[in-house]
Amino acid sequence: MRQEVIIAGFGGQGVIKAGVLLATSAMNEGKHCTHFPSYGAEMRGGTANCSVIISTDEIASPVVTEPDTVIAMNEPSLDKFEPRLKKGGLLIYNSSLISRKPKRNDIEVLAVPANEIAEKLGTVKCANMAVVGAYISKTKAIALESIKSSLPTVFYKLKQDFININKNALDKGSTYAQK
Amino acid sequence: MKNMEKYKMGEKVLMKGNEALAEGAVRAGCRFFAGYPITPQNEIPEYLSWRIFEVGGTFIQSESEIAAINMIFGVAACGVRGMTSSSGCGISLKQEGISYIASAELPFFYANIIRGGPGLGNIAPAQSDYFQATRGGGHGDYRVIVLAPNSVTEMGNFPKLAYDLADKYRNPCMVLADGLLGQMMEPMEFNFDWVDPDKLPPKDYIVTGCKGRPRRIINTLHMIPSILEKHNWHLYEKYQRIEENEVRFEGCNLEDAEIVIVAYGTSARISTEAVIKGRKKGIKVGLFRPITLWPFPKKAINELADRVKKLLVVEMNMGQMVEDVEIAVSGKSAIHFLGRPGGSLPTGDEVLDKVEEILSKPASPERERGK
Repeated sequence: MRQEVIIAGFGGQGVIKAGVLLATSAMNEGKHCTHFPSYGAEMRGGTANCSVIISTDEIASPVVTEPDTVIAMNEPSLDKFEPRLKKGGLLIYNSSLISRKPKRNDIEVLAVPANEIAEKLGTVKCANMAVVGAYISKTKAIALESIKSSLPTVFYKLKQDFININKNALDKGSTYAQK
Repeated sequence: MKNMEKYKMGEKVLMKGNEALAEGAVRAGCRFFAGYPITPQNEIPEYLSWRIFEVGGTFIQSESEIAAINMIFGVAACGVRGMTSSSGCGISLKQEGISYIASAELPFFYANIIRGGPGLGNIAPAQSDYFQATRGGGHGDYRVIVLAPNSVTEMGNFPKLAYDLADKYRNPCMVLADGLLGQMMEPMEFNFDWVDPDKLPPKDYIVTGCKGRPRRIINTLHMIPSILEKHNWHLYEKYQRIEENEVRFEGCNLEDAEIVIVAYGTSARISTEAVIKGRKKGIKVGLFRPITLWPFPKKAINELADRVKKLLVVEMNMGQMVEDVEIAVSGKSAIHFLGRPGGSLPTGDEVLDKVEEILSKPASPERERGK
């Protein structure tokens, strides 16, 4: 098993953190993983992305050129990473913020209204968890339970209430992807 | 002092390379950090700005790189395990001080998390500071020991090795990594026990107040040429000993290789992917990874060239280590080069394409220049 994923969005949407959560959960499952963020002049409102590799074998290069999955949280990210997605790959996009349809027809597409899901749970901040839920439900790269049990490590500053909201967002995203 | 040992030896933790390096330094006994911010190494000072206080150390964000390195000169003279870190141009600014410390024969550890150059360059990963690192870097005739990690685990463990080598030879020792190794996260584990700096062997050359003993002088000014020449030959003899004893490298799939990639750090990680993919296609390709860039594994590469007639050097620059490979090989094998300067990264496929291209042609003794 090897899954290469790029998660992209604007600064503040938690795309880097979503990647860290995937990597931590993969490690806790005994899998190999790497996480490489865009860095430097990133800021709230600017663009940010990270590349995550999850594998049962050792990972040589952490650089992702042709991802198996792209998760786009806003339109500039869709514009940038849709062309890089592997043929037959999975594109998950945040349909709450992206009005256009993906252009390619050689890929699998899943539109997730991540912001709407999150807002119904009380905070838009957990929109990233909705797409993570959808991602693992589609790819089975990691078990949902491993993600949930890694939440307290990754969000070590969060109170239990917010951990629970994140868990709910993971569930909602996961169920949404099954529809 | 509430939280000394943060992680157990062998415990797997997901960490950023820069943070692993910072925690590794603290674990290895670092109790003083001075530095000035620069991307892509900012997580090192950021981490140490709170972490070092937990172990009773001192953190200073200095007014400049030059101030930082001279503070390190001071703490090294007092016997404290000090550290600084920077990237590219920041390390250039520190070179004057590093040269002084090398001349004064004081131990300390520093890291260069390389960014694209020359000039202000950019913040992307590069290997453009190989020449600067392996030739001392500053003015005068000196060397520093250069360790090149290729994983977050090595980023965490090399500070210990660096301090031990620095103490053993009374010489600066550096970790040369790049933005990718600094920024990436992967599971890492420490391979050494917590070091209590108070329990390290005493140093008989440091200045701690001379009450009850003859005074010690730390000096780098030797006005009489014969005295400075003697000092230079003394350093030379030390560098010879380091070259004899401290060369480190790693090989992968070398036994039956028809072509061997020589690469370190991030480019070695990328080249490993080319080796794995190449082997799946039946190509007899291997990887030689220098871990110490100075002392460079000259002898091992020379011996390798007795049986492997084609070498491919992969670097994220215009060709720097390739010159050391040429010296080591002494014309015994054909040397090819694949370089991506300016903060660009080669891909595993790009390296493998180059390997296949080289294998399709007869070996030529001339090194190919350029991409």
